[in-house]
Amino acid sequence: MTQAQWEIILLASLTAMACSLPGVFLVLRRMTLLSDAISHTVLLGIVAAFFLTGSLTSPWLIIGAASMGVFTVVLVEGIQKSTLVREDAAIGLVFPALFSLAVLLISLFGKNVHLDLDSVLLGKIALAPLPGRRLEIANLDLGPKSTWIMGSILLANLVFILCFYKELKVTTFDPAFAKAIGFLPGLTHLGLVVLVSITSVAAFDAVGSILVVALMSAPAAAAYLLTDRLARMLLLAPLLGMASAVAGYGLARVLDASISGAMATAAGGVFLLAFLFAPRRGLISQWQEGKFRRARLRLSMLAVHLFQHQETPLQEVECREDTLFEHLLWSPGLTRRVVEHSLQQGLVEREKNFLQLTRQGRKLAMEVLQPGQAVFSPGSE
Amino acid sequence: MESWFSLPGLGSVALGTALLGFLSGVLGSFAVLRKQSLLGDAISHACLPGIILAFLIFATKNPLGLMGGAMVAGAIAILAILGISRFSRVKEDASMAIVLSVFFGAGLMLLTWAQQRADSAQAGLTRFLFGQAATLMYRDAAILAFLTVVCLSLTLLFWKQLQLISFDPGFAASLGMKVKGWEVFLSLLQVVVIVAGLEAVGVVLMSALLVAPAVAARQWTNRLGQMVFLAGIFGALSGSAGALLGNLPGLRLPTGPVIVLIVTAVVLLSLVFSPLHGLLFLWSRQRRGLQTRMVLENLASMARGHGSIEHGHNLAMLQACSSNPALVKNSLKELIRLGLAREVAPGLFSPTGDGILLLESPENWQGEATP
Repeated sequence: MTQAQWEIILLASLTAMACSLPGVFLVLRRMTLLSDAISHTVLLGIVAAFFLTGSLTSPWLIIGAASMGVFTVVLVEGIQKSTLVREDAAIGLVFPALFSLAVLLISLFGKNVHLDLDSVLLGKIALAPLPGRRLEIANLDLGPKSTWIMGSILLANLVFILCFYKELKVTTFDPAFAKAIGFLPGLTHLGLVVLVSITSVAAFDAVGSILVVALMSAPAAAAYLLTDRLARMLLLAPLLGMASAVAGYGLARVLDASISGAMATAAGGVFLLAFLFAPRRGLISQWQEGKFRRARLRLSMLAVHLFQHQETPLQEVECREDTLFEHLLWSPGLTRRVVEHSLQQGLVEREKNFLQLTRQGRKLAMEVLQPGQAVFSPGSE
Repeated sequence: MESWFSLPGLGSVALGTALLGFLSGVLGSFAVLRKQSLLGDAISHACLPGIILAFLIFATKNPLGLMGGAMVAGAIAILAILGISRFSRVKEDASMAIVLSVFFGAGLMLLTWAQQRADSAQAGLTRFLFGQAATLMYRDAAILAFLTVVCLSLTLLFWKQLQLISFDPGFAASLGMKVKGWEVFLSLLQVVVIVAGLEAVGVVLMSALLVAPAVAARQWTNRLGQMVFLAGIFGALSGSAGALLGNLPGLRLPTGPVIVLIVTAVVLLSLVFSPLHGLLFLWSRQRRGLQTRMVLENLASMARGHGSIEHGHNLAMLQACSSNPALVKNSLKELIRLGLAREVAPGLFSPTGDGILLLESPENWQGEATP
């Protein structure tokens, strides 16, 4: 691999990591769709700052775009607070309007602006290592500028989260409690919004607008399925983001396709893997657990049934293996399987056509019926 | 004006966008009421890979083939969104964001990949994003009219069911309705509209057209039937107005964004001026209420000064006490209507026992409306 390719992988990984950190809080606070809105309206900020400064490279662009992101959120929440429009509809109103305004401005006044929509959507990550886009100090080539920008954004995110870890944690999981003990949930919220906006703007340049959303939501959501601890989630999400970036780059190389598109696809793949295979939370282990629980429930039901009826006058009727299914209201096939399972587990013994609980089976039935409560004492009726 | 209609095809453009606006207003109403305004946005983004796969597989740009692909991708996206939030603890917002962005990213990847094997796939992207309303022909308008008839009759046919799942899904489920099934049905209707609209107006506008007319209509009425009808009208008017304005000779703006801004303006006007919930109305009602209360306080304190609530004061006196004399007369009328004040002698007013009671111990107040 050439140096340029390594540089692209590094930039992609930095971007994915920087996005996934605030993404964790977005997923936990159910705010991911705000990042969708922000990544659209950032365009208006860029256009506005461009018309004001006349340059496409000035730092005002980043500031303008980031403040437009904050403005979007303020607008959405203002509309929401009027109680006339719900949050989802407020988002759906604000960002198409601001985005359309940006597109109109470009088409009205920016005919000769080099602000083509393809690069807005796809990002320019593949061009990052080219000469002219590199940071050079005293003739020393320090690598692509974007890498430095993304690196500092990542650092800023890390510092913010480390400094305000406690505040973020409490306001995320229990905003009422946070308010009660004197934290300012509103301020934390604003800080997070600013963070998301700045990160979106910087990532926007590298991977394009909509794929920012993928990097913010997918790795964080995957991490959410893998752990119950916030600290681990904050560690896992960037790792998964980096994995998506590297895998996406590989995919893009194989297909010779857009890197950012492939990165989003890979992020989706990572989420899909977590969705299917995550221990405990994944679809497959949930399915297995359900199966295990059902089997366990049926064993207990059989044990309780036998326990209630054995050594009673009705024993002859209720504990016959061939008519058992009528009493348990199961199908004959299911009943046979459960009986076999119980025999295997040593819960019951078969005596000709009758079933009898073993000591273990008795114990299981007692457990279900809860010792301490009045247990049916056999033979009393 | 003639110059508009002398433009070739502008009639069909305005007709097409009007139909599209009507249809998305109608179906968007249900989405907004069900708090799923952003589902349309997610679906419309997620259609991209379907369009490109259809293009690659059938090697055609025939709109019907591409629409088929988009529809399949949209349906898969809906199932994925519902499935993720149903079978994992990831909430609906995150599942929408993931499906939207990942499908769109996969679409971009396929698009750039397709560019090497088939020429001119590039043109599709900006068209997908912003649409090309200007190229709508009468044939497209006819397709849209057909879809409008189909979707509208389905909506009317299943009106009761859609109404129930929009307002009280729990009750619907207790009646034995398959709520999930109806939700999917409603979403699939949305997919049809979105796919039909993508070519004409593009992704971003499609999501706005589903949300904005419905939100505007919601401000003017509390009845579903009226809301759906109004949303359709708002959508249709904004659609055709945007098409005409965007194609104003000498202006030539992209139609999609113009329509979005018009429909947003309609929403803003509705939010402010609606007599039902409008901000202006709420604000003036609050102000009036406060004013009325102040007049009552003045009456009471003056009566207290004279040691008798029988002692009346005239209008001029009350106006002199008030910061806003012009409103005093109306406030007095309101107080008399509520039985909180009375006219003891011609031109002289005093508080009633009820009025004093309301001021001194509002917690014991039994009367109906309080100012």
